[in-house]
Amino acid sequence: MKKILLATVASTVLATGAYAQDINIGVILGFTGPIESLTPDMALGAELAIDEINAAGTLLGGGRTLVSIRADSTCVDSSAAQAAAEALVSSNNVAAIMGADCSGVTGAIANNVAVPNGVVMISPSATSPALSTIEDNNLFFRTAPSDARQGQVLSDVLMDLDVKSVAVTYTNNDYGKGLADAFQSSYEAAGGTVTISAAHEDGKGDYSAEVGALAAAGGEMLAVFGYADQGGAGIIQGSLDTGAFDTFIMGDGMKSQALIDNIGADLNGSIGTQPGSAGEGAKKLAEMLTGIAGTPDGPFTAESYDAAALIALAIQAGGSADRASIAAQVLNVANAPGEQIGVGELAKGLEILANGGEIDYQGASDVELIGPGEAAGSYQEYVVEDGMFKVLRIR
Amino acid sequence: MVDLLNAIVLMGNYVIVPGLAYGSQLALGALGVTLIYSILRFSNFAHGDTMAFGAMLTILATWWFQSMGISAGPLPTALLALPIGIIGTVLFALATDRMVYRYYRKVKAANIVMMMASVGVMFVMNGVVRVVIGPGEQRFADGERFIIKAREFKEMTGLSEGLAIRTTQAITLVVTIIVVALLFWFLQRSRTGKAMRAYADNEDLALLSGINPDKVVMVAWIITATLATIAGTLYGLDKSFKPFTYFQLLLPIFAAAIVGGIGSPLGAVAGGFIIAFSEMGFTYAYKRFIGYIGPDGWVPDGLLQLISTDYKFAVSFMILVLVLLVRPTGIFKGKVL
Repeated sequence: MKKILLATVASTVLATGAYAQDINIGVILGFTGPIESLTPDMALGAELAIDEINAAGTLLGGGRTLVSIRADSTCVDSSAAQAAAEALVSSNNVAAIMGADCSGVTGAIANNVAVPNGVVMISPSATSPALSTIEDNNLFFRTAPSDARQGQVLSDVLMDLDVKSVAVTYTNNDYGKGLADAFQSSYEAAGGTVTISAAHEDGKGDYSAEVGALAAAGGEMLAVFGYADQGGAGIIQGSLDTGAFDTFIMGDGMKSQALIDNIGADLNGSIGTQPGSAGEGAKKLAEMLTGIAGTPDGPFTAESYDAAALIALAIQAGGSADRASIAAQVLNVANAPGEQIGVGELAKGLEILANGGEIDYQGASDVELIGPGEAAGSYQEYVVEDGMFKVLRIR
Repeated sequence: MVDLLNAIVLMGNYVIVPGLAYGSQLALGALGVTLIYSILRFSNFAHGDTMAFGAMLTILATWWFQSMGISAGPLPTALLALPIGIIGTVLFALATDRMVYRYYRKVKAANIVMMMASVGVMFVMNGVVRVVIGPGEQRFADGERFIIKAREFKEMTGLSEGLAIRTTQAITLVVTIIVVALLFWFLQRSRTGKAMRAYADNEDLALLSGINPDKVVMVAWIITATLATIAGTLYGLDKSFKPFTYFQLLLPIFAAAIVGGIGSPLGAVAGGFIIAFSEMGFTYAYKRFIGYIGPDGWVPDGLLQLISTDYKFAVSFMILVLVLLVRPTGIFKGKVL
């Protein structure tokens, strides 16, 4: 027994610290939990960027390779996520963290693990507006836009349609509340009226009481900021059944073909927004991921690729895998000035940086970090037509 | 006059119709709890998961029927599959009784021991359901979805409020009326039913007069499993089937049984509707209702909602505590827990 234990300890030490040339990058995503169907593809996106860097072989003058170390954020359990992040930082000695995914755990890891240890964190998918104002010592970045921006976009969409009053319902968590508040302040500033802003719990069997309250408040449309396979779908079904609302405006959590399949033709005419530009970069990444990832153009895979690429380029720009050096360089490689670097051009980016040049990383999601280091964000405005999501325009 | 009609239709659409369906489902559940309590003398915590188990079997049978192309026309196929679900659940309940509860009856264990055993059974059933059908939501409703749609009702009557009645809501009510009538007839008129009532009333006297306790217990489980399967399937049809929601239903079901007076079948039915309408009534926002019946053109600014819908289950709790404090025997003079 003792021998086995010793061997295990020895092999872990060997595995983690065998080559001083390796630079560990933490990939912390909710591999279990409510978004476990999305995270494998997100991780593959990030690891594609890491492989690309390794294939180029020119990181920090050559001979250094990046190693992805996966950890589970669970998406919902902050203490489990912190423990996992703590392990990445202390035992795996990661240079930077790509993650986490859901807003709640991301905030917890940033505040309690990343910032105290001076580790850079780049989240591909945490969108809560509250994360814009955390005390991050310039260590927290995200390649996903804040929902403050989505709230503004949703408000613009409604104003363009001349819809002046809506009822709002949101899933009762950081994401739902953040988006609902952001939307409400933008919409009211633009002259709209929010008749009610009510939370709903996910996972209930029956939403008739919630629908009753929303119907009593009234409004031209119902804004649903929830999840397509959870309470959001139940609210929409209940509203259609009782005739409370006919058309809906939906946040990014609601865009799922399953929603249309379950509800059917009654959903036609409803509108919504979804982050992403569907530009050249995203298409190219989807091609590169075909055959590797289950859904090559799945949500947040582009942002994950970009997050990992930014970490690698920041290492190269600072000439060191030192944590503080990475933190200082992220904004420099992400934004202008410099030569634009797209998907699949990471080798070129490394080359330019090695020669002392500057780059403006564009990547798969047209990265442009603004404010406290978060994506400016472009959104697709879509409408449901004949049982399909149809993108109307990019905002 | 039109305003008054609108107000009535509004209440019908959001409170009365859903309340009747929900109340029926709770009543069927509470009947099962009350029967077990009066015959076996313990609170059966596994009842919610028995409902989930029965609904699961019915869903599996429904899918099987659907794959063979059998359907009930405008009615949901699940109604045809119901007997299969009932038989399976009855067998499962009898097996549970044989493996778990019989032992505790033999050693004359205290009620609390039986109750804790039922908590164990609950976890096992919970696990079985999740392993077999998964923890996610399952859809199995088919056939005609509506008897009348809100939009059609508006066009038909010219009122500004619509009334929607789903097929499943009507089926729930009709099936409940039939089942409750059959059960009451059975308990009042049939020989076995009378024996059960006698056994529930006074066990020793019943044994002295030659009533076979094993048979009474067996029949009680058969009826309970049948009621649970019907209640679970109707709830799943009308709302949605997700194993966890049946566990949550345990609270309103127990509240219904206790409010009506535990051990009293009539009380269980009344309690089911009382709980359902209290939950709906307390959490409904009366803004538009008052707008219709209030003075002309006067609409209140607030929502006129007594408590937020988040606290729906708290209503069951409040009623439960209130009844236990003020009238522990419940409305129809049941036993005291």
